[in-house]
Amino acid sequence: MDLTLKVWRQDGPQARGRFETYPVQGISADMSFLEMLDIVNERLITEGVEPIQFEHDCREGICGSCGVMINGKAHGGHERTATCQLHMRTFKDGDTIVVEPWRAGAFPVIRDLVVNRSALDRIIEVGGFISVNTGSAPEANMLPIPKEVSDAAMDAAECIGCGACVAACPNGAAQLFTSAKLQHLNLLPQGQAERWQRTVAMVEKMEEYFGGCTNHGECQVACPKGISIDFISYMNRDFIKGKSLNRRLGGQGLAK
Amino acid sequence: MVQAKPRSTVEAAVTPVNRRPKRQLPWPLNLYQTAVGKKWVMAITGVIGMGFIALHMFGNLKMYLGAAELDHYAVGLREIAYPILPKENALWLMRGVLSVALVLHVHSAFSLWAMNRRARPMGYQSKRDYIAANWASRTMKWTGPIILLFLAFHLADLTWGFANPDFEHGAVYNNVVASFERVPVSILYIVANLALGVHLYHGAWSLFQSLGVNNPSINWLRRGFAALFTAVIVGGNISFPIAVLTGIVG
Repeated sequence: MDLTLKVWRQDGPQARGRFETYPVQGISADMSFLEMLDIVNERLITEGVEPIQFEHDCREGICGSCGVMINGKAHGGHERTATCQLHMRTFKDGDTIVVEPWRAGAFPVIRDLVVNRSALDRIIEVGGFISVNTGSAPEANMLPIPKEVSDAAMDAAECIGCGACVAACPNGAAQLFTSAKLQHLNLLPQGQAERWQRTVAMVEKMEEYFGGCTNHGECQVACPKGISIDFISYMNRDFIKGKSLNRRLGGQGLAK
Repeated sequence: MVQAKPRSTVEAAVTPVNRRPKRQLPWPLNLYQTAVGKKWVMAITGVIGMGFIALHMFGNLKMYLGAAELDHYAVGLREIAYPILPKENALWLMRGVLSVALVLHVHSAFSLWAMNRRARPMGYQSKRDYIAANWASRTMKWTGPIILLFLAFHLADLTWGFANPDFEHGAVYNNVVASFERVPVSILYIVANLALGVHLYHGAWSLFQSLGVNNPSINWLRRGFAALFTAVIVGGNISFPIAVLTGIVG
């Protein structure tokens, strides 16, 4: 395949970026998008040009490192597909492919296609965990959890923190990320002790860095893990409850 | 060998785009200090507005029963809860609730819009290709102001009457007919109601998400409810100017 690549190049956080056009020849349809970028970079290096910087690690869609806007769609816009899982056969010979980094106020560009996503870590730090006292681990089967609940919690736990939801959202909101990180704990018995405190802390931290949800639904189709906006709804409900309920009575089942 | 350009020494520092409120207000005002809370308020005030708009449309169908029925209905509105309350008290109470709801709906929309703009100071430099966001959801910030401007005209036309030269207080049927017989006014009503329909189609679905009403048993109904509600309201409202222009009413 022969393609034309239009890539965002930016020398540093403060530098002005611009699109550079690179003709790309001899790309196999079986390559992944990142392998295609590798080929381009090989050529750029031999030509004495600084290679295109992009983030990647596992290359099997579970680490959340990669992620760029491809033709205006996060991760290229295919269902449950991260950039590393995107195959070149989804493009046609002669296509022009535009590649741009995630854009958000909280995601400053470090270089080329690499952005700083540590704002997502700030959200996790204030509550994306459960506190467990040390000692022998309790028998796992002692806590009965309905199958639907554990399935839903696992669906939320699939989030790899790639930031595609923020990138795809017309408002630059991180609701899908935050709700996934909240609900995979809030749905399970182990997450109940800190449920309301966690929800309020993480939502308020999120709102310091990101925009608000207007229910476009763009995030759930961009998500490489297919996380549903149902979790955003659960988060909204938990947040209002977390702000309103008498948390002293949580242990009596009144704060469900 | 490629000589790598020296890396920038300026770190791509992540700074908050929104300042946290200095002071937590007491409940329930503290809800309104957050974006999720504002969306919750927007949904509740939206439901109030939907309730009003449904009753307004339904009540106006009396137009098809003739002048006496419609004018009598208008008098009846002033006598809601009478004789328990003095005349017009319940009406003013409803007007008060609607006004507060409108102010909160518009203010929350505006402040969330400003927040969303801060969240992405530099937009995408290439063309975005939306997959799920529909025309209705992306035009809320335009259909909203159109409805607001129309509302101002609508009140001036048929409540206060100064935008309607033939206005006569209490003669509701005649006022409506006189207003809609002006073709530009009828066109304005139809256009504004189409904008209202686009706004409702997203809002009547979106409110379930904002309020946290999400249950696999009912989720399949939410889109259908929004579409049906929109069709009924817009269909009913648009029928009035068309009925006057075609001489069915008049």
